[in-house]
Order: sequence, then C-alpha cells, then structure tokens
Amino acid sequence: MDTRHKILLLDDDPDLLDVYREILGQLPSRPEIRTASSGARAIAMLESEPFSLLITDLKMPKMDGLQVLSIVRRKHPELRTVVLTSVAEEQFRSRVYALGVDLFWQKPGSEEETKLFLECLESLLGRELEAGFRGVQSKSLVDIVQLECISQSSSVLRITNGPLSGRIWINEGEVIDAETDGARGEEAFQKILAWKAGNFESLPAEPSRPQTIFKSYNALLLETAQAIDESRHSATASPPTEGATPDAPVTGLGALIQESGVEFVLAVKTAEPTKFEARGLENPQRLAAWSHATLNRFRTLGDQLQAGPVNQIHGLGWQRHVALAEQGDAQLCVGWVQSLSAETLQERMRKILALWGS
Amino acid sequence: MGFLNLFSKPAPELLRLTSGSFTLDRSGRLVVTTLPSTFPAELVAEIGRNILSTFREAQTAQVPLAELIVCYPALKITARELRGGAIVYLALQTLSGPVKQP
Repeated sequence: MDTRHKILLLDDDPDLLDVYREILGQLPSRPEIRTASSGARAIAMLESEPFSLLITDLKMPKMDGLQVLSIVRRKHPELRTVVLTSVAEEQFRSRVYALGVDLFWQKPGSEEETKLFLECLESLLGRELEAGFRGVQSKSLVDIVQLECISQSSSVLRITNGPLSGRIWINEGEVIDAETDGARGEEAFQKILAWKAGNFESLPAEPSRPQTIFKSYNALLLETAQAIDESRHSATASPPTEGATPDAPVTGLGALIQESGVEFVLAVKTAEPTKFEARGLENPQRLAAWSHATLNRFRTLGDQLQAGPVNQIHGLGWQRHVALAEQGDAQLCVGWVQSLSAETLQERMRKILALWGS
Repeated sequence: MGFLNLFSKPAPELLRLTSGSFTLDRSGRLVVTTLPSTFPAELVAEIGRNILSTFREAQTAQVPLAELIVCYPALKITARELRGGAIVYLALQTLSGPVKQP
C-alpha cells in the first residue's frame, strides 16, 4: 500500500501549477502531487480522496482562496492547509490564520526562499495530529507527572490551558505542592489534572517551596483519577433542569455557575437545538432558541465576510449581560451581572470556555 | 503592447474588510455610512439585517439588549440599539490587534 503523503495544489494559473509541481517534487518525503485549477474542483477532489495537505492561492476567479479555505476548514478540519500567494497585506495574512490555516507564505522569489518553503512543508507533513500536552505529544498530564516522579526528578511543571494556568512542584520524585486559580495543594492538583489539553513546560526546581502535599505520588494520582471520574459521573447523572430535555448535552455546567459574576449558564446542542441544559434559569426554552439562532446567524455572516469563525458574542443589557460562544458540538450562553465592563466580560468568558472545555 | 492589454485577464479581487460605521433606521434602511464605497452594499445590508433581528429576538427572549458585540478573528462588530434602529461600528482586527485606518 502506498503510504506517501498526498498534496493538493490549487491555483488558477496552469503554468504556475506546473512550476510548483516540479518544486514540490524536491520534497524529501516524495509526496504525490495532485493539482486543481479551480476552488470547486479542489473541493470535489478533497471529497473523493484523502489528502495530507492543501496548498492554495488566494486570488482566483469565481471562488477565491478564502472561500475555499472556509469550506475546507469546516468539512475537513484535520487537513493541513497552506496559502501560497503574492498578496502581502497584513489584513489577508490575519484572515488566513483566523481560518485556521497552518502556513501563510508569499510566493518564493529566490532559491533560498524556495528551500525554506520546502523545509516548512516537510515539517508540516511530518507532524501528526495527536491529542495531549504540547511539549510531550500524545501524553496526558498524568503520564507527564508519572514520568517526572518515576525518574526521581525535581522540577516545577507549568501548565496552561487557555487563560487558566497552574503549577505543580515536584521534589525528588514526589509532588510537594500545586497551585491554580486561588486553589492550593491537593485541590489545585486535582483541578489541573482535570484539564484535557494545554501547554506544558518544565521549569527549574524550587526545593525551598513549602510542602502542602504529603501523599505519595501514586496515591495522589489514584485519588485524583477517582475524583475526576466521580465528578464526570455525577455531572452526567444529575437530573435535568426544569424545561430541559432528558437527553440534554450535560457538560458540567454546575462548576461554571459558581464562577464570579455568572447568573445563569445554558448549553445547547448545535445540531439539535431542542436539546439543552441550564443552570440558574427557570424557563430556558426561549433563550435556548435565541442563543442558537444568534450563533448560527453570525456564523453564516462570518462566512460571508470571510472574517473567520465567531469567537464570542456579547450582549450588553440594562438588567444583565449575556455572552455566547460555540465549542465542539455545543453552544454556550452565559448570563452575567450587569456591572461587568465589556472587556472584563470577554476575559471572564474566555475563562468559562476553558473550564467548560476541561 | 496597449493593444495586447485589451485581452489580458482582469486580476480577481479579494473581499477587503474595512473599519467604519453606519446607521440604520428601524426598518433597516441605511441612513448614513462612513464605510468606503468599495465595501459591498449587500454585505452592509446583511450585517444590518442580522443586527436588527438579533436585537428584536433578544427582546422576545426576555434579554433586552442595548449593545451587541460580535468578535471575529478578523473583524469586530459593535452595534448600539437606537430606538428600533442601530448604529453599527466595524473594526478591522489583525493578529497584532485592532487596526486604525487612515
């Protein structure tokens, strides 16, 4: 079976396609190169066979590169994408990256630039999509802590998950302290280990750090795993809020409503808006319908404007504020106290989304 | 050479986002705008239509709103409710933050 990577090259200029095909033929991994001269043709090819990478121009007639990319991003989120263009404006570079493109590259004008471009492509092709913490690919945080402890290391693990940040202090193979978001010790350790993904870095040890955790790392990891399992089980087993459907997308909303300034939380399943769950709301039906309609409406508008996916929507009211966002297969609507400024609302909402994702 | 240019293919243009503002009355009619004329009128109308619908439906859903902010990675739309109409601000965003246009 042929295990070579397959690259789809899209440009409306057939001469350029020939030139790039020749250039890409120099890649060390010898990928198979296919070409398309229109956005519609490229999308049809992506539908019919798997590709590792799409390289596209921006300025093309009928369907431009930004339009192609917004379709590709939704239909093939796992596909690596590269923009190769003569457009140099910052606005387009930002919009391309907003669409989740891996690389924006101006058409190479020298041998040196071509060489750099090929190196970047080779690196993109070699990168596997794996979950876990950046720094140690495909490893969970439990694995990372275990590795540090088994090797009797002394270090400080700094873990970030969006706006959330935490530290775990390890001294000679034992976890001695943890800290995150106002919590310390075992409570902080459990909170950090509940995060599913993020970034991790190992900082120099701090042996003088006062010890707050006295359990062995094995006992600590076991208890933490049990606590995470129990909290997930209790979240899925909790009775639905009045008005919610029995098979609502229960997603641990209980923790979110405890955050400062939050008045209510409502989660709606994107594909099935009649399925929702709420905390702090007596009659969530109307709000669920409004949240769903509003997020869908502005997602469509974002596509038309080629401005990228909606990050957040804020509604500032006289009685309360609301913030909407989409994550995974669900939509979240959070009610906030009216005293918050728009900037604080955005910041707090980022934290809520990070907690929700965890 | 001038003769040959008659047959050259016009370069396709990309949609250029911009900063500026416009005002809509309660029926959705454009009252005044500072957006450049190159920005497609149908997109201005589409933005306005979505904003006014969202304000109206929020009222029905019992979350009356005075201001609506929609954050995209490349554009921020801020709309203030004006007695059934709205004033809408578009602010271009780049990776390094908001852009000030000349």
